Amino acid sequence: MTEDLKKAIIDYVKKEYLEEDTQDDINESTPLISSGIVDSFSMVSLKTFLEKKFNIKIPDDKATPEAFDTVNNIINLLKEFKVV
Amino acid sequence: MSNIGSYEKRYEGFDWKISADELEYGKDGMYNIAYYCSDRIVEKGFGARTALIWQSFKGEVKKFTYDDIRVYSNTIAQFLKESGIKSGDRVCIFMDRIPELYISFLAILKMGGITQPLFSAFGEEALFTRLEDAGTKAILTTKKHVPKVRRIQDRLPALERVIVVDGNEQSVKPGEIAFNMENSDRVDRFKIEPCGPETPSVLHYTSGTTGKPKGAMHVHSAIIAQYLTAKWVLDITPDDIYWCTADPGWVTGTSYGIIGPWANAVTQAVLDSGFNTEKWYQFIAQHEITVWYSAPTAIRLLMKDGTELAKKHKLESLRHLISVGEPLNAEAVIWSEQTFGKAFHDSYWQTETGAIVITNFPGLKIKPGSMGKPFPGITATVVDLKTFEPLGKTGTVGLIAIKPGWPSMFRAYWANKEMYQSKFKKDWYICGDRASIDADGYFWFVGRDDDVINTAGHLVGPFEIESALLEHEAVAESAAVGKPDPVNMEVVKAFVALKPGHEPSGDLELNIMNFIRKKLSPLAMPQEIEFVDSLPKTRSGKIMRRLLRAREWGEDIGDVSTLEND
Repeated sequence: MTEDLKKAIIDYVKKEYLEEDTQDDINESTPLISSGIVDSFSMVSLKTFLEKKFNIKIPDDKATPEAFDTVNNIINLLKEFKVV
Repeated sequence: MSNIGSYEKRYEGFDWKISADELEYGKDGMYNIAYYCSDRIVEKGFGARTALIWQSFKGEVKKFTYDDIRVYSNTIAQFLKESGIKSGDRVCIFMDRIPELYISFLAILKMGGITQPLFSAFGEEALFTRLEDAGTKAILTTKKHVPKVRRIQDRLPALERVIVVDGNEQSVKPGEIAFNMENSDRVDRFKIEPCGPETPSVLHYTSGTTGKPKGAMHVHSAIIAQYLTAKWVLDITPDDIYWCTADPGWVTGTSYGIIGPWANAVTQAVLDSGFNTEKWYQFIAQHEITVWYSAPTAIRLLMKDGTELAKKHKLESLRHLISVGEPLNAEAVIWSEQTFGKAFHDSYWQTETGAIVITNFPGLKIKPGSMGKPFPGITATVVDLKTFEPLGKTGTVGLIAIKPGWPSMFRAYWANKEMYQSKFKKDWYICGDRASIDADGYFWFVGRDDDVINTAGHLVGPFEIESALLEHEAVAESAAVGKPDPVNMEVVKAFVALKPGHEPSGDLELNIMNFIRKKLSPLAMPQEIEFVDSLPKTRSGKIMRRLLRAREWGEDIGDVSTLEND
């Protein structure tokens, strides 16, 4: 389940935030926010994606740059909502 | 003792000649900004001083002396010249905050070009609009961002050169040029292109309520204001390690992230990383930052993570803190005093002013929440919203207005004379912001006087967003307004009426958000979309954005007598 989830998030990040012909690759521990792949404004669309996919509402105080910085961090955040 | 000393004494009888004399501006016929930021510092004997400490998000650190900056900017300037770029050509810099960005900025000026820095998070349509408007001849970019250029290049006949500064022969496509600053033959001597004080230097794009973004054109003598405001407001000295967190895609990142500090021979540090509280504190501690110029949005994000996290890091090196971009709320001033032992000093200016015009000065009492007082040499007031006559009474809200003539004032909007002229009323430059002045002469910000959205200190034009929204297959009509946000002051909210055959859904909302983010920029992406059946319009069919905005802010919706339907 967790692996499927990781893959879904990685696929979404690749599709929405990376250029098609990029040579960069990402995995579950790649920094997303601090590397600039996803900036703090774009984080909102990633948050919206997670909320819609899992039918949850992530409060603003939980949606921090640190909580979204890697796919692993996002999985940890989702565990709080018992969707993992 | 601060650099400015007594504000009152400086203000009385001030003459910009103080700055020009300190810089020796115009000596031997030299007016080029790039000379004053590199060659002159070396000639003064400070070539070995560190000019730039750069750190990547991975923690890699590179250091460049002033002589490195001089030689590398020569090297790039020579390369640009040999590539066919000529004096007066617009050359865009489109990359993340890597050393090549800062050095290319000077290189373009050295060879006589007009430098056009653009925020690297811009999407292809935002990039296209600005390159087309400026008739940009060349763009310096990186492997990461060149795909966006490739997708619009066919529509840009003036764009003759695409230069990839981290590319090699294998990674670039036909027609593109790979160039590597550090691997190129160093050019020790380069004849800086002669120019006058009024020669165009920097072109920064800014957004308005209507129409496309406008290119605010600055000239070389702007350095007279940028040098002295950096010295007196940022209070930097050659012993400081200075950190400006702004991206040079915006005016703060060039006026005070390149020109001001380097003209003052200061060591400046750059962190090429997204926001992360822990990393920011580590960066300050590691490089012993002494002067820090940041933004209210960042300060509010730091506040969210609390004082305790700050206390875990060695931040004692900080001695002066300044903020810009949007009004700094009183809570943030008080929090910074409690957390760092220093209050953030708010500063006010805009792309068009080119340099700080109203600010809280070191040594002058801070009134938390106030913008401060005008810089010496700046005649500022608030004028009546309709007559544009100065308001005599303290505490009355009017438009912030500045008497034209300060050195860094923009000289034109690129190819838009009419818009430029519209900014001046009765011999005042009208900033477009509302404020009041108290009995002590402090300015207090009230808000914008137009529909432009100030999100995290960046101005976003609703027209540009609405135009892009209309290109989405499901959107029939739309309105973009700012809605309150506790961190960013405002964020974009879009009201969208859908075409027949499309139904509101969460997936469609996300699809539209990403559509705008990729087309324009993350800043322009609506953080909320409200689907509506129709939008409120005047009888002449104009969308009443004002009404939608007032609802978001819980304000009086005002006169709706021209409303078509309700």
